[in-house]
Amino acid sequence: MADQRKSCLTGKGVTKEFGFGRTKTVAVDNVDFDFKEGEVISIVGESGSGKTTLAKMLLGLISVTKGDIYFQGEPRDISSQRKRRTYWTQIQAIFQDPFASYNIFNKIDSVLLDCIKMRGGARLPYEQKVEMMTEACSFVNLKFAELTNKYPFELSGGQQQRLMIARIFLLKPKVLIADEPTSMIDACSRATILDMLMSLRNEVGMTPIFITHDIGLAYYVSDTVYIMEKGKFVESGSADDVILRPQQPYTKRLINDVPKIYEEWDLSTV
Amino acid sequence: MKYTIQQIFQSGKFITGFSIFMTILLIVIIYPLVIPDPPLKIIAQGTFFEPGIYVNVYDSINTPFYTLNLDEAADRRIANRLGDEDRQAIKEWLVGNGMPEAEIDPANTEQLLDQWFNNFDPTVRLPGMTNADRNYYIRLNNNIQGLLNTSGAVIAELDEETAVLTEKATVPQSAYVNVNDVPNVRVLPLGTDNFGRDVLTELVRATGVSLQIGLVAGSIATLIGLVLGLVSGYIGGFVDDTIMFVTNLFTVIPSFVLLILISFSISQEQRGATTIAVVIGFTSWVWTARAVRSQVISLRNRDHVNLSKLSGHSITHIIVRDILPYIASYVVMALILQISSGILAEAGLSILGLGPKTTDVPTLGLMMNWAMIYQAHILGKWWAYFPIIITIALIAFSMNLMNTGLDQVFNPALRD
Amino acid sequence: MLEVRELTTKYITRFKEDIYAVDHVSLKIEEGRSLGIAGESGCGKSTLALSLMGYYFPPLHYTSGDIIIDGTNISGMKADDVRKSILGREIAYIPQAALNALNPTQKIIRFIEDVVKAHDPTVTKDEIYEMARGLFESLGLPAEVLQKYPVELSGGMKQRTVIAISVILRPQVLIADEPSSALDVTSQKMVIKMLRNLMDNGYVKAMIFITHELPLLYNVTDDIMVMYAGQIVEKAPAHEAVFDPLHPYSKGLMGSIIVPEEGLRDVKLAAIPGTPPNLKNPPKGCRFAARCKYVRPECRVQSIQLRELENGRSYRCVIGEDELRELYAREAE
Repeated sequence: MADQRKSCLTGKGVTKEFGFGRTKTVAVDNVDFDFKEGEVISIVGESGSGKTTLAKMLLGLISVTKGDIYFQGEPRDISSQRKRRTYWTQIQAIFQDPFASYNIFNKIDSVLLDCIKMRGGARLPYEQKVEMMTEACSFVNLKFAELTNKYPFELSGGQQQRLMIARIFLLKPKVLIADEPTSMIDACSRATILDMLMSLRNEVGMTPIFITHDIGLAYYVSDTVYIMEKGKFVESGSADDVILRPQQPYTKRLINDVPKIYEEWDLSTV
Repeated sequence: MKYTIQQIFQSGKFITGFSIFMTILLIVIIYPLVIPDPPLKIIAQGTFFEPGIYVNVYDSINTPFYTLNLDEAADRRIANRLGDEDRQAIKEWLVGNGMPEAEIDPANTEQLLDQWFNNFDPTVRLPGMTNADRNYYIRLNNNIQGLLNTSGAVIAELDEETAVLTEKATVPQSAYVNVNDVPNVRVLPLGTDNFGRDVLTELVRATGVSLQIGLVAGSIATLIGLVLGLVSGYIGGFVDDTIMFVTNLFTVIPSFVLLILISFSISQEQRGATTIAVVIGFTSWVWTARAVRSQVISLRNRDHVNLSKLSGHSITHIIVRDILPYIASYVVMALILQISSGILAEAGLSILGLGPKTTDVPTLGLMMNWAMIYQAHILGKWWAYFPIIITIALIAFSMNLMNTGLDQVFNPALRD
Repeated sequence: MLEVRELTTKYITRFKEDIYAVDHVSLKIEEGRSLGIAGESGCGKSTLALSLMGYYFPPLHYTSGDIIIDGTNISGMKADDVRKSILGREIAYIPQAALNALNPTQKIIRFIEDVVKAHDPTVTKDEIYEMARGLFESLGLPAEVLQKYPVELSGGMKQRTVIAISVILRPQVLIADEPSSALDVTSQKMVIKMLRNLMDNGYVKAMIFITHELPLLYNVTDDIMVMYAGQIVEKAPAHEAVFDPLHPYSKGLMGSIIVPEEGLRDVKLAAIPGTPPNLKNPPKGCRFAARCKYVRPECRVQSIQLRELENGRSYRCVIGEDELRELYAREAE
């Protein structure tokens, strides 16, 4: 059965190697993928599985050693600064640690103004820019008027992550790569962030890709789950199939080892 | 920013270093306004005049005398010209000449001098006496002539035509002049150097020049190191390899040797203070470049840099706005150390005789060099080199203090 | 076993401000029981762990309250006496980054020798080795580990080694502060298994386990205590704490659990808006009032006392037990 949905990101034999000679390590090892538009995708892996390296390759922040990445069916071209800029209007990211994600010398206004500029709004009158920023902030339940002349680090972790979503709201990309967006913030704020990401997805019609080590989170948010181990995808498919009926031993072990609350957590298997 | 500066000025170490440095700087600025003498003017005939207050003798004679009858005046005068060692030497000579030891009392000035003038004969050579000893006794004899004289000194005027001396005035032993009345009094707190120049004036000027050399050298070194470090760290790849190759070359050659070779190849006439500063700057950027590079490498993979890239910023924007501010505190610290080491490098070069040419300006190194060539350290003329050592040490110390103070503020691991 | 009465400790910041991170905390653990402490970052759970040892160093300072262990009150003891006679013997503490605490230049057996000899200089090396081998084997760790350097061990193995070393003197109480949060899930499970093993085989008589991961806590401890802004807001047996929380904050916390289990995709995650209060000047009334859905005027008037229920549960709220359950049921519809 051919999938009728359009592909947004496709990879063929994508490989990333670090170092050379005896110190060579293969972080991402010849992976193929086809992320469909409109799906919620999760890439699950433990630390060192290469999931963050893959995310950075998708974002075009690091080069691809071997293989090709296609964006919306076309080979991706990010050979010049101008082309990268265009690419980055289409694909954006949210990082794990909100406290490390902002330049501590830039105020919140400048973070948001950059996004307006990126969308070609550099010459808009200032009032209109303020209007746009206010709208973006109110989308994530922040008050722009209270944020002007403040620095991002003056906000709490959850608020900073929300500001990051406001950024995405202004940029309206086609693809959003969320690299552990909730692992550094409190459990109580997690639902807020996830809800905002999901409503943003409906609002701008983007494809979110979650990069996470938390199987529970992947199961909760995504339609399609990719399990990554040592640079390779070991299992992929719909969230229910992969998480509830895992086929591969690695996936089985991973799911078995996560603490449960409804089922008995079997301690004897380690 | 404001908060950081507040924090810096809460660090005891920084404040101490900063106050020492500012004091030195203020002296360098204010002193020439108060005493505008050119620092290299030769004012003294002769070498190494001791520190002290120099009163013009001619003017003293022409100032009104005041009579002060002070009891100790005569004793002091005698003690000044005939010390305890001299008395002992006289006794030895007399004993050697055959006088019974019991008859000589070195404490009794009158009797001692009487015995001496009655018996001393410069031609007599006592057994075991060296030439130096004999010369000493002849000098001593001349020095104590008229020691017990109580009459005043006569001032006479020489008639140029007839060559007749006419008595003009008598200066009794109890005559004093008020120093304030004497128009020409020169205070030389640190004496004069081998060329007869005022050491203090020279030192203040030299400190200023050395600080300028340090600033120029330090700025050049920091600028080169910063630019190379930023470029090589951020761009990486081939550019990084090339820059690091050059940097490693400079690292293995001791920079001081390089400095000596370059200085040596510039002729003495062309070596001005600025030239030396530039040469020092161009040989000492290596460590800054390496340090900045490693900082940049750790920064360039941070998420805030990634975010800036994703916001479509250019490489220049990222380097200037997202990386430079993060290493700014580090660069300031490197600059302070570079200034301090630039001053030390100049001193080192000049001591070896490879510093700036000697006719323009004094520098701390040049002053050390002069003091060394004229053997001030062997002759015990401490004022010609000791204040300079202290100044160099104080500058380096204050800068190091500022540096460690800043380090404590900027480096959270060192905070208490 | 361990009883804590009205313990209050504070941090003194560089600006000489007092931050009461542990505010009138009372708890009691009986022999053979384990207690879990849950809460968001900054709620004071790690500070409580430090405070329970009776070993204070700046910026943490003791203010008031008693810590009674085996009938001895250690809260008034000098830091040095606490270090010599309490730490390791009565209370063992495993900090968050324990696996990085091992000096990489020493073999594992050296650490054990250091620990044992510090308390009893007469023991010989052979005796210590035998003792350590016995302990390691019964905890499921290979005895070869003793002759290895820390760098030769994996993260999970290092963490389990640290735990084994910390119980070598057979302490009464083990306090584990996020002992598995830096590990992958499989190593985490091994650490948990080992902690359970320690309890079951009587190596430690009681355990306090601190983590922000609620599913983990649920699987490890008998009782769960929820902390918010330096105070205990709820204490209950693990099952009740997770499935029938009373305090609105606990309710929110438990509602934010996500585990990869069937049916969880359809659950709506609970979200609590806002941020915890600043402990430099906490609010006068209930500390959760500003974020609480069910807030009432009397909540803001004066501090709320912990309400003790008959079945050993307690919670800090003005609203009654049944009324709260009713509110939650209505909310769920």
